[in-house]
Amino acid sequence: MDLSFVIIQSLSGLASASSLFIIASGLTIVFGVTRIVNFAHGSLYMLGGYLGVTIVPLLLDVDRSLPMFLLGVLISALIVGAVGALMEILLLRRIYHVPELFQLLATFGVVLIVQDLVIKVWGAVEIPGPRAPSLRHGVFILDQRFPAYELFLIAAGLVVLAGLWLLMQKTRFGVLIRAATQDREMVAALGVNQAWLFTGTLFLGAFLAGLGGALQIPRVAINTQMDISIITEVFVVTVIGGMGSVPGAFIAALIIGQLQAFGILIFPKITLVLVFLLMAVVLVIKPWGLFGKPDASAGRAILPEGILSLKRFGTVDNLVAGVAIAVLLALPVFGDNYMIKVGIEVLVLALAAFSLHFLIGVGGIVSFGHAAYFGIGAYAAGLLVTRLGFAMEPALILAPLIAGAFAALFGYFIVRLSGIYLAMLTLAFAQIVYAVCFQWVDLTGGDNGVVGVWPSGWATSRQVYFYLVLAFTLSAIIALRHAIYTPFGYALRAARDSATRADAIGIDVRRIRWFAFTLSGAAAGLAGGLYSFSKGSIDPTMISIPMSVDFLVMVLLGGIQTVMGPLVGAAAFHSIKDFFMPLTDFWRMFLGASIILMVLVFPRGIAGAASLLTDRFKPNPKPLGLPA
Amino acid sequence: MTEPLLTIRNLSAAYGMASVLFDVSLEARRGEVVALMGRNGAGKTTTLKAIIGMVEAKAEALSFSGHDIRKLPSYRIARLGLGYVPEERRIFTDLTVQENLDVGRRPARDGREAWTLERLCAIFPNLAEMEGRRASAMSGGEQQMLTIARTLMGNPDMVLLDEPSEGLAPVIVEQMAEAVVAMKATGIAVLLCEQNLHFAAAVSDRAYVIEKGAIRFSGTMVELEANDEVREAYLTV
Repeated sequence: MDLSFVIIQSLSGLASASSLFIIASGLTIVFGVTRIVNFAHGSLYMLGGYLGVTIVPLLLDVDRSLPMFLLGVLISALIVGAVGALMEILLLRRIYHVPELFQLLATFGVVLIVQDLVIKVWGAVEIPGPRAPSLRHGVFILDQRFPAYELFLIAAGLVVLAGLWLLMQKTRFGVLIRAATQDREMVAALGVNQAWLFTGTLFLGAFLAGLGGALQIPRVAINTQMDISIITEVFVVTVIGGMGSVPGAFIAALIIGQLQAFGILIFPKITLVLVFLLMAVVLVIKPWGLFGKPDASAGRAILPEGILSLKRFGTVDNLVAGVAIAVLLALPVFGDNYMIKVGIEVLVLALAAFSLHFLIGVGGIVSFGHAAYFGIGAYAAGLLVTRLGFAMEPALILAPLIAGAFAALFGYFIVRLSGIYLAMLTLAFAQIVYAVCFQWVDLTGGDNGVVGVWPSGWATSRQVYFYLVLAFTLSAIIALRHAIYTPFGYALRAARDSATRADAIGIDVRRIRWFAFTLSGAAAGLAGGLYSFSKGSIDPTMISIPMSVDFLVMVLLGGIQTVMGPLVGAAAFHSIKDFFMPLTDFWRMFLGASIILMVLVFPRGIAGAASLLTDRFKPNPKPLGLPA
Repeated sequence: MTEPLLTIRNLSAAYGMASVLFDVSLEARRGEVVALMGRNGAGKTTTLKAIIGMVEAKAEALSFSGHDIRKLPSYRIARLGLGYVPEERRIFTDLTVQENLDVGRRPARDGREAWTLERLCAIFPNLAEMEGRRASAMSGGEQQMLTIARTLMGNPDMVLLDEPSEGLAPVIVEQMAEAVVAMKATGIAVLLCEQNLHFAAAVSDRAYVIEKGAIRFSGTMVELEANDEVREAYLTV
C-alpha cells in the first residue's frame, strides 16, 4: 500500500464517517433528552432520502446550481424535522413513562408503518438521485482521483459538528438540552416546559436524520431497505460513543469510518462483523461507551410493569392445559393440511416465544435479538442436512447444542451489561449473525437461503411431523417451565428483582444469567431447527430484526406476568398474521399500528389485561402502613 | 387576615402500596419562614415533592398564590413562583455555574427586582468569579449555594428548601442560615425541611413537626423550643 492510496482510503472513510455522524448525532441527542432509543431514526433518514430525490430535481429544473441542490437538501431535512416533531407530539409524549422495551417496540412500530407508506408513495423500486452540480468532478490528491462530493460530505460533517457545538454551548435551547440530558425532572421543577423542549429535540434529531438521508442522494440509490441498514450502524456508533454524547458519536463515527475503509481491504466480506466486534469489545471494557455515563435515570425498569406471577397450576389451569393438549393431539386426525401446517408453526413459535419469555420475564434480560438463536438453530439444522449430508435426527439434536454454544459465546459479553445497552448488544450480535448468513453466500446461499431441508423418510408426512414437533416443543416448554421452580430459577428471579442484593447474598449473578441465556438460546435453537424442517428451507429472514420483534410481540401480547402468556401470544399472533397477511398489502402497517396500540392501551398484554379485569372485581387491597 | 401563600389540607401520598403521608395540613404566609421538622424518613421530602408535583398525591386542598396546583405539572407550579431546592442538590454537573443559573432563569413577576448574578453573589460570596467553572468542580458547600441560587434565578415568591444544612461544614451551615435570612428579607417565603433544630430555630418563624407521615406539632418556633416533650419524641435521635 503506498501513501497516496492510504490517504484516499482514509478520506473515503472520513466521508462515510461524516454521514454516519450527522445521522448518529440526531439519535444520540434525542436519546439524551427523552431517554428513548428511537428505532424510527432510520426511517426518518430514509424519508430524508426519498424527499431529497423528489424535491431536489424539481429545484434543479429551475436552476441547475449547487445552491439549489443544497436548498433542496435543506427543505427535505426540514420536512423530516417536522415529521419528527409530529411523532413526538402524537406518540413519544405518551410513552416517556413506559418501560424501555415498550418504547423500543413502539418506535419499531413506526418503522413498519413508514416502510409501507414509503412503498405506497414512492414504490418499491429504488430511485437514483441527481448529482450535485459543481461537485460532479474528481479532485486529484497525490495523483489519485477522489470524488469532490465526498470531500464536500467531510466538510458537511464538520459544519454539523460546529453547528451543534454552537447550538449546545451558546443558546438557551442547547443549555436546556444538556441540562435535561442530565436531569429532566429538575429542569421541569425550574419552570421549563418539557413538552416544548422535547418536541424541539425531536425536531432537531429528525432534521439531522433527514439531512443525513438527503445528502446521500448523489451517492446511493434511495431504497426501501435503507432504514434498517442505517439504524443498526447508527446504533453501533451511538453505543460505542456513549448514548447521549455528541462528541462520543463523532469519535465513534470516525473510528468506524476508518475501520470500514481499511477493513474492506483485509476482510472484504465481514466489515459488518468487524464493526460489531468493535462494539462488543468497547462495551466489555467501557459498559457505557467511550463518553457515556452510567444511566442518569438508572433504576427505571426496562421491563413492563408487574412482576411475573408464578402461581402453580390450579385445577382450572390443569383443565385448560389438558384440553389444549387434547386438542393438539387430535388436530392431525381431524384437521386439514392447512391446519396442521399452522399448528406446527404455532408450536414452534410458542417454544421460541417461551424461551424469550424465560429470558425477559424470569431473567429480566431483555433481548432484542432473540431471532439470532432461532436462526442459528435453523441454519445449523439446514446446513448439516444439505451440506454435510446429515439425517434429520442428529441435525435436530445438534441444532439446539450449536445455538446454545453461540448463546454462551454472545451471552458471555451480553450479561456484563444491563438496561438499554444490553438490549443494543443483543441486537448487535443478532445483526452479526444476520450479516454472516447474508454475506457468506457460498455456504448459506445468501439472500436466497438453502432449500431441500427435508425431514427423514418416516417423518415426511405432515401428521407425523406434527407429532414430532409436538413432542419436542412440549417437552422443552415443560423443562423450561420446570427450571423456573428450581433453585436456579429462584436465583435467576432474585437477580432480576435486585442484582445487587442477589449478589450480596452470594448469588453469582453473571454466571446465573449466562446460564439462563445459554439455556434460552438452546431452546430457541431447537425451535429454529424444527422450523427449518417444516419449511424445507432456510433463509435470512429467520434471523432478521423483524423476526426478533415478532417474538417480542408474541411475548408481550400474551403478557409478561404469566408463564403461559407467551404460548397464548404466539398462537394469537401467528393466527392473526397467517389470516391477515394474504389479505392485505399493508401487513407491516397493520402490525406497526397494532404494536403501538398495544403499548398505549394494553401495556400488560392480553393475559395481563384479563387479570387486571378480574382484579377489578376483587376488593381493593389496603395500602400498607397506617399512621401510628 | 389575608389568604396564606401556600395552603395544604389533608395531603396524602403513597409510593405504590406503601403510604408515606397521612392527612398532612400546613400553611405558609407571604414572607414567612416555616420549618418542617422531623427525622429521616418522617415524610419531609415527600411532602415537598408532593407540593411541587414530583410525587403523586391526594389532597383536599393544595393551593399556591390563589391557584389550585393539585393537577398542575411541575413546570407550571414553578412558573407560579414556587421554587424547589432538592436535598440532593441536583445541579447540572456537566454545565458551568452560569449555565446552571441560566436554566433557572425566569422573568420576575409584577415589577419586582429580578435576581442577577450580582445580587446572588451578595448572598453567596463563594459564587463570585465562578461563572465559567464546571459545576462538577465545585465543593459540596458551593454546590449547595448554587442550587439555591439557581432556584432564586426563577424569581420565586416562595422556596421549598430541603435540608440545606445536611452534610456541610459548620461555617457553611452558618452561611446557609444567613442566606435564608437574606431571602426572607427580600420577601420570599421559605418552607424549610430540617433535622437540625439549631439551624431551623435561627431562621424560622413557625414550625411543624412530622413523624411517620403525619403532623404531630404545629406552633411558633419559640413554642417548639420550649416543648421538651415534642422535641424528645420526634426530633432527638
